[in-house]
Amino acid sequence: MNLFEITHLTKVYRDRTVLSIDKLYLERERIYAVLGPNGAGKSTLLRILNLLVEPDSGDIKFVDGQLLKQGHKSYDMARRMCMVFQRPLMFSTSVYNNVAYGLRLRKLPHREIERRVSEAIDFVGMQDFINYPATKLSGGEMQRVALARALVLRPEVLLLDEPTANLDPHSVQVIEEIVRKHHQQFGTSVIMVTHNLFQAKRMADEVILLVGGEVVEKSNAEDFFNNPSNERSKAFLDGTMVY
Amino acid sequence: MDAIQFLIQQQSEIIEIVLLSLLVSGSATIISALIGIPLGAWIGLNNFVGKGLLLRIVYTLMALPPVLAGLVVYLILSRSGPLGELEWLFTPSAMVIAQCLLVTPIITGLSAAAIASKEGIIYDHARSLGATRMQAVWTVISESRTGIIAGIMTGFGRAFAEVGAVMLVGGNIRHYTRVLTTAIILETRQGNFEMGVALGVILLILSFIVSSIVLLNAKDFNLGEV
Amino acid sequence: MMRINKLPLVLMLIVALMVGLVPATMAAEKVESTMTLATTTSTQDSGLLDYLIPIFEKEYKTTVKVIAVGSGQAMEMGKKGDADVLLVHSRAAEDAFMAGKFGSVRKDVMYNQFLIVGPKSDPAKIKGMTDVKAAFKKIATAKKKFVSRGDNSGTHTKELSIWTALKVTPAGRWYVESGQGMGDTLMMANEMNAYTLTDEATYLSWQKKTGLKEMVRGDKLLLNPYGVIAVNPAKYPKIHNKAAMAFVEFMTGSKGQALIGEFGKEKYGKALFTPSAK
Ligand SMILES: Nc1ncnc2c1ncn2[C@@H]1O[C@H](COP(=O)(O)OP(=O)(O)O)[C@@H](O)[C@H]1O
Ligand SMILES: [Mg+2]
Repeated sequence: MNLFEITHLTKVYRDRTVLSIDKLYLERERIYAVLGPNGAGKSTLLRILNLLVEPDSGDIKFVDGQLLKQGHKSYDMARRMCMVFQRPLMFSTSVYNNVAYGLRLRKLPHREIERRVSEAIDFVGMQDFINYPATKLSGGEMQRVALARALVLRPEVLLLDEPTANLDPHSVQVIEEIVRKHHQQFGTSVIMVTHNLFQAKRMADEVILLVGGEVVEKSNAEDFFNNPSNERSKAFLDGTMVY
Repeated sequence: MDAIQFLIQQQSEIIEIVLLSLLVSGSATIISALIGIPLGAWIGLNNFVGKGLLLRIVYTLMALPPVLAGLVVYLILSRSGPLGELEWLFTPSAMVIAQCLLVTPIITGLSAAAIASKEGIIYDHARSLGATRMQAVWTVISESRTGIIAGIMTGFGRAFAEVGAVMLVGGNIRHYTRVLTTAIILETRQGNFEMGVALGVILLILSFIVSSIVLLNAKDFNLGEV
Repeated sequence: MMRINKLPLVLMLIVALMVGLVPATMAAEKVESTMTLATTTSTQDSGLLDYLIPIFEKEYKTTVKVIAVGSGQAMEMGKKGDADVLLVHSRAAEDAFMAGKFGSVRKDVMYNQFLIVGPKSDPAKIKGMTDVKAAFKKIATAKKKFVSRGDNSGTHTKELSIWTALKVTPAGRWYVESGQGMGDTLMMANEMNAYTLTDEATYLSWQKKTGLKEMVRGDKLLLNPYGVIAVNPAKYPKIHNKAAMAFVEFMTGSKGQALIGEFGKEKYGKALFTPSAK
């Protein structure tokens, strides 16, 4: 069973097609890096997968069911994935309450919430901040809390939208470590949008290159970086390497 | 000095006036919040045709002159008006209604602004973490609470300090509809300036106490459950 | 023991109840438990109502809601049926009110005086005059400062009627319209060393604060008659007409008239209002 089977997906903003994917299949228990220039439609793709944005057409199959079919959305399935945004928003309450948010929505027993929240906070190494007001944390710490807030829900897929942009190198390393550890321990599938080619190299099993809303290349990470078959991939790699 | 002696002599009447002021403006603020917060949330969360116009109307009504609000309520509640049957003119209820007219736009407008400023990003986070539409809306409202509370306090301040509307529809009836502001007018008209100032100081102290209580509780709420 | 002790207690209770009931049953006729009186600010601000109303309330076992507003607003309240009884001083408007069948009864109650007051220096030299028109003429000719209420109040109407009788249209830097109540206008006149027309009651109660001096009094034109009007129940059946009629009776009856004649003697050494019911 595939993780996602995306077919005939389009999204139009004000007469401009910003996403047009005829067919894209993603496998389970992989780490995907989604690359592409600004405005390529990377965030839009992730948001559509999380049902935060409605596409103009297209169906999406998710593992064992239909996430999106002819405009009909399955929010139950969307609950099996979780997104972490580039600029994480902390609810203005404690770290604990932030992480407990999703579990409380799911009306889990108090005890279990307590247990899972402290587990998740330990997992991201934020145990010393458990009662700290989340909005007062540094950017790197916030992103760790945002990860804990997502991981506590035990998602099958983690959707990461440039999770380490704007972070210092140490924080980047910490975040990457958390994601990798979770992936290894629980087999979580990861789809990660990134601008950082080195990060993609470090993390990804597979790379998807999106340009102008279209999938230009989807291939094994090693192949992509070492001998890109596609001219546009080459140009992208060369062009970006200059930075 | 005279004023202080007078305050002490008139203690029970002043307490009565203070309580009525708090009751009228407090009720008006609560009712306005019950209307204004959901309405503001609705405006802040949705995009629809005429939203800009609606917002402009709300902002205009935020500057509604109290006397005009009073006059409108007067004409409606007058025995010869459409709701004359209720016999509510010159009662505390009429004062509450008139103040609601002043406070509701303020709470609506400021709530809408507070919510709209954070709407998209909070809503997406909540949905992504598994919130239903209603739960996400509630999260947005609860995350905008600083702005909403500021709106409520601004509204209460306006109600508590206004005189034009309550004078007109309440009538400043002793032991019945006399509140701090109308008492100040009466004292001033009678030449008791010191007394007017003394009552004004009481009004300010009460405003300070009320906002302190609200803000302290808001801080607790800050770390409460989602 | 118990039975002996209880008997006097019960007796006392019965007596107490009867004593309590007597005044209630003796009280004049039964009226509505509440009533709205619309009146001008002068009656409230002078303290007259605080003095009269509790006596009336006690006698008739009713509660009076006093709404003190401008004359014009008080009459408007009567026309809309929002007041049960009016105590106002605006004769022409009162007559029009009656002619329009808005009131069922109108009676004279009392009058007070208007005075011209002004600064001690008396720049227009009018002190002691008794002819108000002549005094106004002198002020206007000399272009000495005069503060007018300018608010369509009873006092303002009276002032305008005098200018009209003189065929003078007051205008210019010397003529200031305050747009405020009597007390504020007196304060303003004092600050500006100006003359103004005032009712005696307000003048007396503000005298200490202003330092203005009495200049002209005694002209018949300066009488300020108050009338009491019961709003017509035929127009608004919900009106508390019994209480309103009781108030008219009280104010114009011997007791009310005597009370009015006494009011102010203690504080100012003279009565502020002269009873005038026929
Ligand atoms: N809500 C929106 N309204 C209008 N245009 C949008 C909206 N969101 C995204 N876009 C447009 O869609 C295109 C793709 O955006 P996005 O997916 O954010 O790109 P990326 O994440 O790859 O930088 C951009 O041109 C952007 O301007
Ligand atoms: Mg993006």
